[in-house]
Amino acid sequence: MHTIRRTFGLPLLMLVVFGVLDWFFPKMFDLYIQTLIIYCGINMILAVSLNLVNGFTGQFSIGHAGFMAVGAYISAFLSVSFPNWAGPFINLNFFLNTVIGGLFAAVAGYCVGLPSLRLKGDYLAIVTLGFGEIIRVLLLNVDAVGGARGLYGIPKYSTLFWTLTWVFICCFTIVRLMRSTHGRAFLAVREDEIAAEAVGIPTTRYKVIAFVISAFFAGIAGSIFAHFLSYLNPSIFTFLKSFDVVVMVVLGGMGSISGSCVAAILITLLPEALRPLQEITKIDFRMILYSLTLIVLMLTKPQGLFGSLEISDLWKKYVRRSASN
Amino acid sequence: MSDVLLQTKDVSIRFGGLVCVSKFNLTVTRGELIGLIGPNGAGKTTVFNMLTGVYTPTSGDIRFLGEGTEGIPPCELSKRGISRTFQNIRLFKQLSVLDNIRIAAHQHTSYTLPEAVILSNRMLLQEKHILEKAFELLKIFNLGERAYEVAGCLPYGQQRRLEILRALATDPQLVLLDEPAAGMNHKETQALMETIGFIRAKFGITILLIEHDMKLVMGICERILVLDHGITICEGDPKKVQSDPKVIEAYLGTSQD
Repeated sequence: MHTIRRTFGLPLLMLVVFGVLDWFFPKMFDLYIQTLIIYCGINMILAVSLNLVNGFTGQFSIGHAGFMAVGAYISAFLSVSFPNWAGPFINLNFFLNTVIGGLFAAVAGYCVGLPSLRLKGDYLAIVTLGFGEIIRVLLLNVDAVGGARGLYGIPKYSTLFWTLTWVFICCFTIVRLMRSTHGRAFLAVREDEIAAEAVGIPTTRYKVIAFVISAFFAGIAGSIFAHFLSYLNPSIFTFLKSFDVVVMVVLGGMGSISGSCVAAILITLLPEALRPLQEITKIDFRMILYSLTLIVLMLTKPQGLFGSLEISDLWKKYVRRSASN
Repeated sequence: MSDVLLQTKDVSIRFGGLVCVSKFNLTVTRGELIGLIGPNGAGKTTVFNMLTGVYTPTSGDIRFLGEGTEGIPPCELSKRGISRTFQNIRLFKQLSVLDNIRIAAHQHTSYTLPEAVILSNRMLLQEKHILEKAFELLKIFNLGERAYEVAGCLPYGQQRRLEILRALATDPQLVLLDEPAAGMNHKETQALMETIGFIRAKFGITILLIEHDMKLVMGICERILVLDHGITICEGDPKKVQSDPKVIEAYLGTSQD
C-alpha cells in the first residue's frame, strides 16, 4: 500500500488537479490565455528535456528542433492517416500517437547519441545542428507528409489537460532520475569524464541514455505542438527553434529543472507582454527589448536565473537565512 | 585463489616514434604495498594509464586476477577491482563531498532507470545502503561534517584525501595512487602515510603508488620499482634501491668530482 502511494500518489493527485483545471479554465480565461499556457507547456517540456543533455550531462546539443520535428510529424501523420486506429476514444488515440512520436524521436536521439561518444563541445554541437537540419530537409522532400506544402488537417487534440500532464511527466521523470544513482552518473560525466570512467561509470552509455530520454520528451512536445497548431511545416523546425530552447536552458541555469521551467515561461510570455508597447508606439520594439532583456539578464546573472539550484534549494536557503536572523 | 593480483609481462607502449614504457614487468601479490618511482617523464603515470585501461599497450600482456585486460574499458576494470587516484586531483568539483563518494558506489547499484522514477523498493534499499556506506567511509576519514560541502571548496589536503576515499568507495582490490603527497607539506605527508597504513590494515587492500616524496616511499613501501626513460632500472626493497648506483645516477646524474 505504501509502495503504491509513494510511486503513484503524486502523479494521480496531479492528474486530478489537471482534470479540474481543464474543466474550469476555459470558463474563466479566453482562448488567448489558454494558447499562451499551452505554448508555455510545450516550451517547458523542450527546455527541461534539453537540460538533461546540456545542463546535467554537460554535452552541448543544438538539434532539439530535429527531435521535436520527428515527434511532431510521426504523431501527426498517425492522427491524419489512421484516425481512431486504437478505438473510438480520441484521448487514447492521442496519447498513443504522442508516445509513438516520442519513441521515434528517441530512436533518432539514439542515432545522434552514438557519435557523441567521441565528440565533445563545439564538435558535438555541430553534429547535432547538422542532424536537425537533415531532419528538416528530409521532411521537406517527403511527399507523404506534405513536403514543403506542410501537413495540414491535423486534429486539434491538444488540450490544457494533456499539455500539463506531459509537462508534469517530463519534470517528474527527470527530477526522480536526478535523485538516483543514474542522475549522479549524468553529473559525473559532466564534471569529469575520465574520473567518472575510473570510478566505474560507463560514460558513453550514460551520454546515449541522456540523448534518448531528452529526444523522447522533445518528440512528445512536438506531438502536442502539432495537435495544437493542426498544421505542420518543415520551416517551423529550423535551427532557430533549437536555439530558442538552448537560450531557455542557459537563461534558467544549466542543471536546474525549475530554472528551465521559469525561463521557458519567461521567454514565451515576454514577447507577448511587450505587445501593448508596440500598439502604443506603433513601432515593433518587441524583439529589441526581448534581446536586451536577455543580454542584461546574462550580464547580471551569467550562471542563469537559478544557477544549478532548484526552487526547493532556494526555499531551504531562504528559511535558513530567516531563521538565523 | 591465487595470490597474484596483477601481472604484467613485457608491457610496452609507444606514441608515434617515442617509446614511453618498454618491457615493463611487475607482479603484484595480494596485500603488497609497492612504490613506483622515477624522475619526471619516466613513464610512471603512463604505466598507471595502461593498468587502468586508459591506454592500450602496444605490446605485452596485462593480467588482473588471471584475466587479460586488453580492450576492456576503464569502467569495467574499475568494476573488477582496480581503482585509482590522479596526479592532478580529479574530483567532481561542483558536486558535494557525499555525492563524490556516492558516484563511486554506482557499480554497487543494480536498479534500472524506470525503477528510479517509480521509487521501487529495491531502489530505496540500495540508495539507503549507499548512503550509509558513504557516511561510514566519510567518518573514517574525518570528513563526515563536510559531507554536504562542495568538493571543490575543500582545502587541498582534504581534496587529496577525498580522492583516495572515492577510490576506496568502489570496493577495490588494488588501488593505484598517483602522487598522493604532491603539494603537501611535511605534516600533511606524515598524516597521509598514517592514512595509507590505516587503509591497508582496515580494508586489506593492495596498493601501488607513484610518489616523489622519498621519505614517504622509503617509509612505507615494501618493494620499490624505479623507472627511468620507460625502462625499469631497479627493483627491490627500499635499502637496495637507495644504494643502487643506477638509481643514484638517474636522479642525480653522474658525479663530477
